[in-house]
Amino acid sequence: MNWTLATPEILLALAGLLALAGGVMPKKETFFPVSMAVIGAFVLTAVLVLGQGEGTAFAGQYVSDAFSRFAKVLILLGAALGLVLALDFNEKAGIGRFEYAVLMLFATLGMMVMVSANDLMSLYIGLELLSLSLYVIAAFDRDNPRSAEAGLKYFVLGALASGLLLYGASLVYGFAGTTNFDRIADALSGDVPAGVGLIVGLVFVLAGLCFKISAVPFHMWTPDVYEGAPTPVTAFFATAPKVAAIALLMRVLAGPFADVAAQWQQVIWVASVGSMLLGAFAAIGQRNIKRLMAYSSIGHVGYALMGLAVASDSGLRGVLVYMAIYMVTSVGTFAVLVAMRRNGRALEQVDDLAGIGRTDPAMAMWMAVFMFSMAGIPPLAGFFGKLYVFLAAVQGGYWVLAAVGIGTSVVATYYYLRIIKVMYFDAGTAPLDARPAGLTVVMSATGLLTVLFFLFPAPIIAAAQAAVAALLG
Amino acid sequence: MNAAGFPLLSLVTFLPLLGALIIMTVRGEEAVVARNARWTALWASLVTLALSLLLWVGFDQTTADFQFVEQAEWLPEFGVGYHMGVDGISVLFILLSTILTPLCILASWESVTTRVREYMVAFLVLEAMMIGMFAALDFVLFYIFFEAVLIPMFLIIGIWGGARRVYAALKFFLYTLAGSLLMLLAILAVWYHAGTTDIPTLMETAFPPSMQFWLFLAFFASFAVKVPMWPVHTWLPDAHVEAPTAGSVILAGVLLKMGAYGFLRFSLPLLPEASADFAPLIFALSVIAVVYTSLVALAQEDMKKLIAYSSIAHMGIVTLGIFTFTAQGLSGALFTMLSHGVVSGALFLCVGVLYDRVHSREIARYGGVAKVMPAYALVFMVFTMASVALPGLAGFPGELLVIVGAFKVNPWVALGAAMGMILGAAYALYLYRRVIFGKIVRQDLKALLDLSPREYATFAPLILLTLWMGIYPSSFLNFFEATVAALIARHEAALGAARLAGM
Repeated sequence: MNWTLATPEILLALAGLLALAGGVMPKKETFFPVSMAVIGAFVLTAVLVLGQGEGTAFAGQYVSDAFSRFAKVLILLGAALGLVLALDFNEKAGIGRFEYAVLMLFATLGMMVMVSANDLMSLYIGLELLSLSLYVIAAFDRDNPRSAEAGLKYFVLGALASGLLLYGASLVYGFAGTTNFDRIADALSGDVPAGVGLIVGLVFVLAGLCFKISAVPFHMWTPDVYEGAPTPVTAFFATAPKVAAIALLMRVLAGPFADVAAQWQQVIWVASVGSMLLGAFAAIGQRNIKRLMAYSSIGHVGYALMGLAVASDSGLRGVLVYMAIYMVTSVGTFAVLVAMRRNGRALEQVDDLAGIGRTDPAMAMWMAVFMFSMAGIPPLAGFFGKLYVFLAAVQGGYWVLAAVGIGTSVVATYYYLRIIKVMYFDAGTAPLDARPAGLTVVMSATGLLTVLFFLFPAPIIAAAQAAVAALLG
Repeated sequence: MNAAGFPLLSLVTFLPLLGALIIMTVRGEEAVVARNARWTALWASLVTLALSLLLWVGFDQTTADFQFVEQAEWLPEFGVGYHMGVDGISVLFILLSTILTPLCILASWESVTTRVREYMVAFLVLEAMMIGMFAALDFVLFYIFFEAVLIPMFLIIGIWGGARRVYAALKFFLYTLAGSLLMLLAILAVWYHAGTTDIPTLMETAFPPSMQFWLFLAFFASFAVKVPMWPVHTWLPDAHVEAPTAGSVILAGVLLKMGAYGFLRFSLPLLPEASADFAPLIFALSVIAVVYTSLVALAQEDMKKLIAYSSIAHMGIVTLGIFTFTAQGLSGALFTMLSHGVVSGALFLCVGVLYDRVHSREIARYGGVAKVMPAYALVFMVFTMASVALPGLAGFPGELLVIVGAFKVNPWVALGAAMGMILGAAYALYLYRRVIFGKIVRQDLKALLDLSPREYATFAPLILLTLWMGIYPSSFLNFFEATVAALIARHEAALGAARLAGM
């Protein structure tokens, strides 16, 4: 039994238990120290992940390879930055309770189990650990009806999606006779064509996973939950869990179900086109910036799925590069949204950004960088993300996908430009409150990464390439 | 390495960015910051100009090869590299960019009073992107610079522009982006087909005719918007009218040339058969542009809008010249691009001089300006005449060559281009008469001051260039002679091979 392979997860779980115990003991509130300890645990886990060996453990339930390492490092980075965003905000919003950090830790643990899952059972356990933590975090501002509503909505719809996933998993088990990914792959690779029951099971699993990445047509929860949840929670939702769920989707589709690619490619194709279109058009009319970012994230998932729909080597690599860039840019954007506060009150309207080009040039500049990057304007990082998925689509001859991507990019650029317009062209009112140093650090770090990505694209692309190679075996 | 012995092109490209970084670090009171920003920007652009003059001196006019070439690895496994170099087509546009930028900074010295630091940063970034675009010899690199230009220009129009600036900035950005993204698809298809994005290598690659057709359309979508050709020109009058004076100068002087440059650099050498097939369409659109926009210009009430429409007409002559595939047509198109860059830039500066004093661009608001501003009237006249293509001034040699080239291909097309010259004389002289001559009706015009020393300094180099280009055009034509000849030889060889293959 090679359980030492899972050291990072085991250590993180232990750290979570310790943080729970350590948080309850003292008489006073321990949000800040526990958060710091959790961030420390994330960093330590990331180091362990980088040094992790390769192979399977727990009777083939758990797998560690270059792909899981790539995704885990991204997830840990996103989670750590997400927690930094919450530090000051939660104190001011009166939700500075240590359980927040602990829940984020368990959510992260769930994500790590997800991307290392090599069995439908461990997949489900990881996914539920993530989901249950997220349901609670979404409703963390429990005295605020919007936050409670967001949590409840997310829970009801999430439970439905989990049900779909479980149902699909049981169908797959029934028709393939196993839940292990390698064995499913064996069952599918024979000369006998895959049975209809297995395909139906696959579609149900896909539906459950598409809910987690909020791809059309399973996106309905996203705008409401994003708007209702406290802003740092939204920031967390939009980053690490998205990466984890996309990574899981890639693992499931390119691993056990690689031989029935023709079946799931159609589903992903539709989800991709639908997400791109909805993300582009539905965001235009939004006034609430968190809601706008929700639609924007749906659109970005559509672009990432474009790479998956192509299902080629370069397509999968494009997905990974896209998600890495998307996550960094999103964290930066949400750092700006978290910093939107005037006279102690958190702001959420696009128009509240008016005039910050004058009153807060540094923040406006970073926000402009993030918006131009999300719109895919070179030389910013977002352009390269789009470049790699479009390249894959063109190589695979998926012209309709590429054309829809081009069209929606132009439409989406309109609302990103509108934010820049509000910041720079409109006359402002009073300046925003001074922001805590943590947010400035997050903004500048992610902003610099976004601006300077073009100088060092090779290492990240090489890492993504290695990850995809491991995935395709 | 290259003739200069050091990476001259990279230096010229990225030096303005260094200036921008320095300006961004300036702290202190607003007035101090503004003064520092102005001077730093001016010096950064002047040093860039001085360095770029080395290109003029060191350029070997006898060869069509790329010169001052620099190569570095960037994304080796994809066949994308950092590859810079100039040939006869691009070298003078780099010089045009480096000359116009310091003049623009001078022209905005007093007229821009808000957020001076950001303004200067935007201009220097814009300059870097323009130069990089003309120097890039890798398709992906080219695209990055080509698109990155949009960001500073969007901000320049949107922050320092006129009343309808937001509309104009958004229209400018989205119009251009829509075209460019189609080009991105074409670039990706080229990349996939040839396995590299290195432009000199791609020039040796043959593309199948069916692919050429679609590639040409995709390139056309991007470059036609940028030129702009009729009927996708509508963003230009809005952008010009709302942009601040210096923004209009760069827009007309350099940004419009990017589209025509794209046709010359990519459409013609990479897609010879599709270019030949599409030539009649381009001729039709160009002639319509020349005649239609000239007529529209006649009816304008706004000085900037009039000059904007005249730019579309002149660019129509350029696209017409490019697609004649004759030595005269191509040389004439290149020369017209250069002369239009200088002359239309100068005309926008002339409008800016009046706008700074009276804060109106309405033609009817003026009249009799010659009495109070005689020096200004003279300067304005030089550029008006150059725009009309009076022999001896910058506009003439280029347009003459284009008409000669067009006549070889199709006399009717030449007639269309000649119509443009006649109509051009009509609207330009009509504008000049209404603004400069006549009686002073408005009392406030009597108090106008003539050109200030700063304005003399801005106009002097432009007048000099206008005269030089008109009187001794060979010193410019020599630059592109060899490259144009090589381009045409390759084009004919490709067409000949295609015909042989077709038999």
